[in-house]
Amino acid sequence: MKVAVVDWGPYFVLILVGFLPNEVWRFVGLVTARGLDEDSQLVIWSRTVATALLAGVIAKLILFSSGELAGFPLGVRLGAALCALAGYFTVKRSVFAGVLAGEAALLLGDLVFGH
Amino acid sequence: MSASRTFSSSAAAYFAGVRSALLSVYVLVLAGTYIGMGALTHDVGLSAAWLALSTLLVWAAPAQLIMITGFGAGGTLFEVALAVTLSATRLFPMVVALLPLLRGPATRLRDMLLPTHFTSISMWVESLRLLPNVEREYRLPFCNGLSSGYMGTAVVFGFVGYYLAAGLPPLLAGVLLFLTPLSFFLSTVNNARLLVDRLALVLGLLLGPMLAYWQVQLDLMWTGIIGGTLAYAVHRVREVVQ
Repeated sequence: MKVAVVDWGPYFVLILVGFLPNEVWRFVGLVTARGLDEDSQLVIWSRTVATALLAGVIAKLILFSSGELAGFPLGVRLGAALCALAGYFTVKRSVFAGVLAGEAALLLGDLVFGH
Repeated sequence: MSASRTFSSSAAAYFAGVRSALLSVYVLVLAGTYIGMGALTHDVGLSAAWLALSTLLVWAAPAQLIMITGFGAGGTLFEVALAVTLSATRLFPMVVALLPLLRGPATRLRDMLLPTHFTSISMWVESLRLLPNVEREYRLPFCNGLSSGYMGTAVVFGFVGYYLAAGLPPLLAGVLLFLTPLSFFLSTVNNARLLVDRLALVLGLLLGPMLAYWQVQLDLMWTGIIGGTLAYAVHRVREVVQ
């Protein structure tokens, strides 16, 4: 039987298909982390898995963009990400400066090559 | 070793956390993300209060996006719940890596409930960067302050986006959308000072798009498991050799 989301009250849906299936992983993490210290092998492995997963998300957001960002050419998005990295290292490892450099490059690149 | 930050009370540590949150680049990221989410919530016909509650309870942009588009596209309860839980698997390794940093000699399990619920990408990245420099007994309130700052920002800008809804020009919308990958990218680079973390970062950047291009099912989960385990294996081998 197919039950459409729209047939149910929005707050009921929020708890049942939003909060519970999302929160369960946090709870499993809480139980798993009991008694582990930050140098334990499981914790280091968890950190590398989370880091690689996050890196995958980042690369996908830049390469396979959605929404209005998809309107910017791929080369411009990639170039802007590299400019952000250059800005970050140039200005004493500042994330803020890097983000500014990347956004400026995105707009400039779009002006020259895009839309 | 750099000097550890200490505080006069837990409340002082909490507010220092809030301050750190509001001064970080993630305020812009969350503002951008939740302006978009607010506009989308408006477009599918849900209320602004619903969005605020979902931010407080779910506190994960991908899961919230899946739910909201589920209303819009008319997905089934099962489909939406499955997509949400798959997107949430990333929270598991994050919680495992974070909680040991927060634990002090007198920490009880119930003290961990709030930071467990608060765990999300922005909070995780900033906690891993800032907490090692905070005196251990003040890490918990500091982290709760940091998280409250981020969550508050998200709730406020969800309302802004909801009432702004229609009128975002495409160029501005594109710039807002680009904030998320850019800032997470640079923060992860910034946090990856050890070889094991750098390796995980580079492997994830390569594997993510490759697996997505080959249309592998659950591509992000495999990116995490394969990339993370490879990086960890190299780290282990080096440790054993030395």
